[in-house]
Amino acid sequence: MSAVEITAPGRRAGRMGRAQIVNVALALGLVGFGLGAWATGETFLITLATKVAILGIAGAGLNLVLGFGGLVSFGHAAYFGLGGYASGILAHHALNYTPMFEWPFVFEGSTSMPVIWITAMLVGALAALLIGALSLRTTGVYFIMITLAFGQMIFYFAISWPAYGGEDGLPIYVRNGFPGLNTLDPIQFFGLACAVLFAVLGVTAMLVRSRFGLALQAARQNRQRLMAVGIRPGGVLLVAFVISGAITALAGALYADLNRFVSPSMLSWHLSGELLVFLILGGTGRLFAPLAGAGLYIVLEHLLGGVSDHWQFFFGLMLLGVVLFARGGVIGFLAGGKRNG
Amino acid sequence: MAEPILDIHHLSKSFGALKATDDVSLDLRAGEIHALIGPNGAGKSTLIKQISGEISPDAGEVRLNGRSLAGIDAAGRARAGMARSFQVSSVAPEFTVLQNVMLAAQGASGATFRFFRPVMRDAGLLKTARDCISQAALSGRADVPAAELAHGERRKLEIAMALALKPMLFLLDEPMAGMGTEGATALGDLLDRLRQRAPILLVEHDMDAVFRLSDRVSVLVYGRIIATGTPDEIRADREVQRVYLGEEA
Repeated sequence: MSAVEITAPGRRAGRMGRAQIVNVALALGLVGFGLGAWATGETFLITLATKVAILGIAGAGLNLVLGFGGLVSFGHAAYFGLGGYASGILAHHALNYTPMFEWPFVFEGSTSMPVIWITAMLVGALAALLIGALSLRTTGVYFIMITLAFGQMIFYFAISWPAYGGEDGLPIYVRNGFPGLNTLDPIQFFGLACAVLFAVLGVTAMLVRSRFGLALQAARQNRQRLMAVGIRPGGVLLVAFVISGAITALAGALYADLNRFVSPSMLSWHLSGELLVFLILGGTGRLFAPLAGAGLYIVLEHLLGGVSDHWQFFFGLMLLGVVLFARGGVIGFLAGGKRNG
Repeated sequence: MAEPILDIHHLSKSFGALKATDDVSLDLRAGEIHALIGPNGAGKSTLIKQISGEISPDAGEVRLNGRSLAGIDAAGRARAGMARSFQVSSVAPEFTVLQNVMLAAQGASGATFRFFRPVMRDAGLLKTARDCISQAALSGRADVPAAELAHGERRKLEIAMALALKPMLFLLDEPMAGMGTEGATALGDLLDRLRQRAPILLVEHDMDAVFRLSDRVSVLVYGRIIATGTPDEIRADREVQRVYLGEEA
């Protein structure tokens, strides 16, 4: 199914393999598209590219557990939405001058992205710790169902909690700020999202090549064998799940800022499904699959969406093709081979 | 004489009305190969799983160097020095030979939660892994994915992984199953050398190999041990001939 992301020691770094060329091309493609749109004044296209970068971050979070750990989480919208709400709620209090809490100290909320990102990642990690600790007792289809169930619990909680907009969601009137940047300028916000995306992909690459990554990828292939060499798969998978939750929540915080709006739809199982779908389309277990998948997904949404309202039907056909005939996804198709993504 | 490395005391395990393990006691001493033979369904694999910690016995206990292993799971026992191979080869198929053995070396080192440095550039683990690969006669195949190995090579890979655990003992569940005569002989020679490193509890169907390699043989029938002794004693045992060896002759 997916590739093993560990460089063999004999491999020299000098010459780039096909996979690296594809990865560099994808990264340059995203940045180039954003810059091109900026040069021609197409603000809408900058926003679209920003959306690709942010969904790519969310996909990278999912890829860590799905692609490398083999865990089919059907509830990753939970962390995405929690990150979004972390952003929305902190900004809501700060913008309305209503303290979030007054004990043990007065906290006014925040409109600073670094503060929001750290909060979102902590919330996402904590949720993933609780959900993962319970869900990882199951495997296979039960794991899929229990992660879906937890996701839906959080979704309905958000809908029924009127303090933060309930079903109507929560607007963020002014996009949160980042020191030294004007985040309201689309190209600057795009640059910020790209920087976070590439940082996250870098962290993923580092994790996957580490001792932890070796055990994580072994857990995907053969848990019995992992036990027999003295490593408990449960702990390894839970740590991956927590890191994944934090990364996905970070994407959610950025997404809320992109739309200047957060609503329960960010928590819905449709979004969990979309994350899975575009990751599989990109090629699970490949480092740049989240970017390839998110890019293709957004492009198709707009190209096919312009032709037919039922674009998802054609998208479904494509997905079927990938699953049946190109198990390595787009990256597998372009880069070939099985190793090194 | 010295205390046995592995000491199994009155182990029993039932699945419903079936007594898969019925008051089994046996031990494994330094430097020996102790073979466990018996017809299909005698409960050999069930016994191995209780020793390795994959299932827990209803009664009795397993001791490693005099220390009871009750309540310790398979991962804990592996780290305590039990290296196991499986009846059906069990490796990480997408990993190369080297990566599989690195995984075992990493397990033995006890340090898995390290997130920063690339594992494949870890000089200590690499040295251990390369050593074990060469001892298992797989040196030329280090960079081949396990899924592309021939059956016999995958068997050797399991031995290399067992070696990388720096074990106190080996639990080998039918290591020669499905190998040709030549392969079985080569693997037999390997096991012969392996016993110097740590004693081997060997479950095996290949009788020639068992009688050639073993210092002692125990015969398991319907969950009970009906005889334990040297290969010659076992060959001469009437009861064993009747229930087991006779069937094959």
